[in-house]
Formats: sequence, C-alpha cells, structure tokens
Amino acid sequence: MSTHEKIRHYIESNLVTFDASEAPFTDDDNIFEKGFLNSMFAMQMLTYIETEFNLTVDNDDLELINFSTVNNIVGLIEKKQRGRSSA
Amino acid sequence: MKTLTDVLSQVEQYAAAELRPRAGRFEAQEAIPREVLQGLAKHGIFGATLPTIYGGLALDPIQYGQLTEMVGKACNSVRELLTVHVSLVGESILRWGTGEQKQYWLPKMATGEVLAAFALTEPEVGSDANGIDSSYRQEGDHFILNGRKKWISFGDLADLYLVLASRGDEMTAFLVDSTMTGVSTTKMSNLLASNASHLAEIHFQDVEVPLGNVLGRVGGGFAYVVNSALDHGRYSIAWAGVAIAQEALDGMVTYGRTRRQGGRVIGAYAEVQQMIAEASVNIHASRALCIAAGQKRRDKHPDAVIETTMAKYFTSKMAMKVATDAVQVFGGNGFSREYPVERLFREAKALEIIEGTSQVLQPVIAQHALRTCYQQGWWRA
Ligand SMILES: Cc1cc2nc3c(=O)[nH]c(=O)nc-3n(C[C@H](O)[C@H](O)[C@H](O)COP(=O)(O)OP(=O)(O)OC[C@H]3O[C@@H](n4cnc5c(N)ncnc54)[C@H](O)[C@@H]3O)c2cc1C
Repeated sequence: MSTHEKIRHYIESNLVTFDASEAPFTDDDNIFEKGFLNSMFAMQMLTYIETEFNLTVDNDDLELINFSTVNNIVGLIEKKQRGRSSA
Repeated sequence: MKTLTDVLSQVEQYAAAELRPRAGRFEAQEAIPREVLQGLAKHGIFGATLPTIYGGLALDPIQYGQLTEMVGKACNSVRELLTVHVSLVGESILRWGTGEQKQYWLPKMATGEVLAAFALTEPEVGSDANGIDSSYRQEGDHFILNGRKKWISFGDLADLYLVLASRGDEMTAFLVDSTMTGVSTTKMSNLLASNASHLAEIHFQDVEVPLGNVLGRVGGGFAYVVNSALDHGRYSIAWAGVAIAQEALDGMVTYGRTRRQGGRVIGAYAEVQQMIAEASVNIHASRALCIAAGQKRRDKHPDAVIETTMAKYFTSKMAMKVATDAVQVFGGNGFSREYPVERLFREAKALEIIEGTSQVLQPVIAQHALRTCYQQGWWRA
C-alpha cells in the first residue's frame, strides 16, 4: 500500500459512523471538521504515523493543520522521510 | 547494580511494612507523611517509567502495571500519587517536553524532589474537558494565566502543576511552578475517599508564566497533551482497579477462613464461595486485560488506546463489585473502620469517575465495536 492508501485506510477504519458511504471525504477535506472522528483520534493518528513509518514528529510539526487532511498528513510523512534520508 | 526484581521486591516489602498498616491512618489524618514520601523516593518509584538518563527506573508498561498493583494494594492514595506524578505529568513531559524542559524537570521528578499534579478539572467543567474556562493571554514574553481548578489530586502538596487553559477555541498546556506569584490552593476535606490524596482547588490569579513553560505547542493542549495524558492515566487506573480488587479478595479469603458461624468457617458456605469465585475470575480477567493493553502500549500498537480504555472501564467496575462483595463477606465488621474493606469499597468508587467516567468511556468503546465487529456478509437484518 502507498503512504496515501495507508493513511486513507487508517482514517476510514476509525470513522465514527454507521456507514462509510455516509462519510465521504476527499483528500483535501478537513477530517476533524467533518465530525466523524472522536477526540482521541489526533493522538492515535500521531502514534500510528510514528510507528507505521518509523519516524518522530516533533512539537514543531504538531499543528493540527498538518493532520487535518489526507494530503497534509501524506505531505508531513514525506517531508519527514526526506529529512531522514538526507540526514 | 539493583535489578528490576530487586526494586519491585523492595517496594513490596516497603508497602507491607509502611503503607498497608498505615493506609487507614493516612486517610483519617488526610495526609501522607513526608517521611513516607521520602521512603518511596528512595526506591526510585517517582521515576518509575522515566528513562535512566533522567534517573528513572525505565519500567516498561507491564512492569509499571505490576508496580501500580503492588503499591495500590497497600495504599490507594500513594498509588494515586503515582498516577498523577508519573502517568499524567511525567509521561506528558517526556512525550511533549522540549529538551530543556525534560532536563530541568524529569531528574527532579524522578528523585521526588519535585512532585507533580495534573490540573484539568474545574468547578464547572469535568467530563467535557474541551470546555474549560481557565484562560490565558499573551503579554510580551509570558502568558497571563487566570482560573480555578478543582479536585486536583496532590494539588495541596505538589511543586509543579501541569495546567490546562484556553484562549477562545484553543487549549494549551502549561508547566506552572506552585511558588509562582498568584498561585494558591485550598485543600479539600471530608471526601468519600482519597482524603490522603491531598486533593485541592488551585487558584490562578494573573500568574505570569514564561513562554518557555508551554508544554507541547500553543493550541496543542487538548488534541495531544490532554488526550495522551488521560490515556496514560487510564492505564494506571485500570491497574488500580486490579489492586483494590485483589486486596479485597485477599481480605475476603482471610476473613472467610477465620470467621466462624454455625460451627464452620464462613468460607465453607457455598454462598460465600460464590462471591470468592466471582471475584477471583473477575480479577484474573481484569489483570489479563491490563497485561494485554500493556503489551500493546509497549509495542506502540494502534489499538493500545482502545484496549486501555476497555481495561479501565472493566476493572473500575469490577473493583467496585468485588469491594462491595468484600464488605458483604465481612458482614457487620465490613462497616467498621477497624477493617480495611470499607475503605476499599469507598476507594473503588472513585475509579469509575476519574480519567473519564464509565458513561463517558462507554460510547468510545461502543463506537470501536460498531466499527470493527461489523460483518458485511452475515447477520444482516
Ligand atoms: C478522587 C478524585 C481525584 C481526582 N483527581 C483529579 C486530578 O488529579 N486532576 C483533575 O484534573 N481532575 C481530577 N478529578 C476530577 C475528575 O476527573 C472529574 O470528577 C471527572 O472527570 C468527572 O467530572 P465531574 O466531576 O465534573 O462530573 P460531570 O462531568 O459533571 O459528570 C456527572 C455525571 O454525568 C455523566 N456525564 C457527563 N457527561 C456525560 C456524557 N457526555 N455522556 C454521558 N454521561 C455524562 C457522568 O458520567 C457522571 O455520571 C478527581 C476526582 C476525584 C473524585
């Protein structure tokens, strides 16, 4: 699975809804504003990203905006991975 | 060098000699004496899960759970200190703190030179933590903090508070030294239980907090600091439930084997054995849940949070049930302060209220089941 697919899949499997088709979200939708995720999700997402992609997200990157859309999350992961490979 | 087994066995001996026999007195005196805190510090437990570079014991989640059970069996208030100092504040600084904050606070916390408390709840805001009223505003190189916190365990004793405050829709976590100008406390007394836990109201009046005392990001207080702190807190409370229930079962069995009625020890009666059997099975199930959650936490598994939530939900209810049965087995003596079961009964109740009430956790667990147990093919209506 690509990073993008993994992230979409992780979000979809955590949606608080009875029917995933009731909760469509594009790669640019703010997933928190849609109200389909519970309040613990931001923290769980962070743990998932750090574990799945074996990286550390620093305080500076912890702006909710970085985690608010699929594209932003993928962007953050790719930025971190680039930082690691150039280090 | 001391091995982990040495540490745990020394703590167990200390708990047996200094905590268990005195826990009722601590409650009556509404305080844990200083020398007891110093004794605990000597065994390193204030840095239980902190890395050794900060002077901690570096216990993994399962070992920390065992320590929590061991301490909690002997004295619930000392266990509560571990919950707030290690799980809520220590883990938060370790996770979200800057290098400087970790270097400054964690070694002092590990030795117990600094005791820490977690200040989220307010007189008007509990379960709906997102709606706290305590406020901050920025003025130059510091924030000005105002507000009132209530029900803060060890608020009356702590040197450091992790305080949550809001500015409009955003919430931020601050590390506040209890000696800062404008900080004052009022001890809470005459509580159902946890009287030795130094609960307090904390008042913040125009407290000047340096920008460098923000924990995590400005605005990251709820999504990250509160949620992860409460997750650690729930793990601790889950083990606290096992602790109270195991202590109550030990009491039931010991009393049941020595109290005679109708020419037999009461433990020989099937009805008493039923309570003992139920307690025994429930404690085993609870401990298994805690260990499973601990393994997931150790492995940073994505389900660690939900399994911790389930463990806290289950063991807190279980502890209440077992402690209630323990009072039943003790009969009239269960009502007497001369026996510790009445205290366990009172202490168990708090576990269903703190770190997310059972009612607040229920929908989180239900939502998880509704997501994960849905079978596309079968059982459809
Ligand atoms: C011994 C003890 C120690 C504590 N230590 C600390 C501490 O160290 N730091 C700290 O910050 N706080 C602490 N607290 C406070 C504790 O976290 C709160 O009491 C708890 O979060 C519940 O909030 P509340 O008391 O305002 O009750 P409320 O939130 O007013 O709840 C009252 C009732 O309404 C129900 N309810 C509320 N919201 C919902 C909902 N959305 N759905 C269904 N039912 C709901 C609750 O389940 C409960 O039954 C402590 C409390 C105690 C008793």
